[in-house]
Amino acid sequence: MTLNITIDLSTLRRAKWHQFVLRFIFGGIICVLAGVIAEKYGPAVGGLFLAFPAIFPASATLLENEQKEKKQRVGLSGSTRGRRVAGVDAAGAAMGCIGMIVFAAIVWRLLPKQSVPTVLIGATAAWFGVSVLVWQLRRMWVHSHK
Amino acid sequence: MLTQLLLRFLIGGLVVCVFAAISDIFKPKSFAGLFGAAPSVALATLCLTISSQGKVYAAVETRSMIAGAAAFFIYASCAAWLMMKRHLSSLAVTVSLIPLWLGVSLGLWYLLLR
Repeated sequence: MTLNITIDLSTLRRAKWHQFVLRFIFGGIICVLAGVIAEKYGPAVGGLFLAFPAIFPASATLLENEQKEKKQRVGLSGSTRGRRVAGVDAAGAAMGCIGMIVFAAIVWRLLPKQSVPTVLIGATAAWFGVSVLVWQLRRMWVHSHK
Repeated sequence: MLTQLLLRFLIGGLVVCVFAAISDIFKPKSFAGLFGAAPSVALATLCLTISSQGKVYAAVETRSMIAGAAAFFIYASCAAWLMMKRHLSSLAVTVSLIPLWLGVSLGLWYLLLR
């Protein structure tokens, strides 16, 4: 089975600037919040917020609206389609969370002993590798049960 | 202190935008969704934390991040189910489930990591 992953750079040209402004603000706020909480309640509580779904609501809403607009251009409502696509995106995020758990575990165990760039680059590569593996395994499972 | 917070805001916003842009260019959407759970906030925050508080402090944070990520998994799975099967609005679903993330992450931290 092939991966069937495509890259479409034209989506960046079509993207509206306010989408990135919104993500920038949410991303910035959650990073500040994680630091403030760690300062006030300690790193053990603050660390939880490193995995806070900060930009997830904004991204899902933007995706739903984008799909809805596409369908409305051809005279359809597009609400159901938009929500389904946002749901598929959320399912992908759930698989990415398994990679995120691996990322956190690697940094936790190796950071005190190894160099910072090595640990962060290695953990990010592990996040990506594990996420893609889980995504591919789920895809194979779905195909075999069709 | 204010400079540190401003730096966190700028780096955090920038890293999150980079991962969001990467997510936008990939198809299918289930694959692009993986980037919705990219460790973007962690990467932005950890570099600053290590420089100001040290490696051990940052390692303690990432230990708790495991509980946060497990809670994110439950949050995203519930959101996916509600949007795909019940066709509920993504804004309503993703915002109303935030307390679920908070409850699960604090619960896991209290039971397993405290």
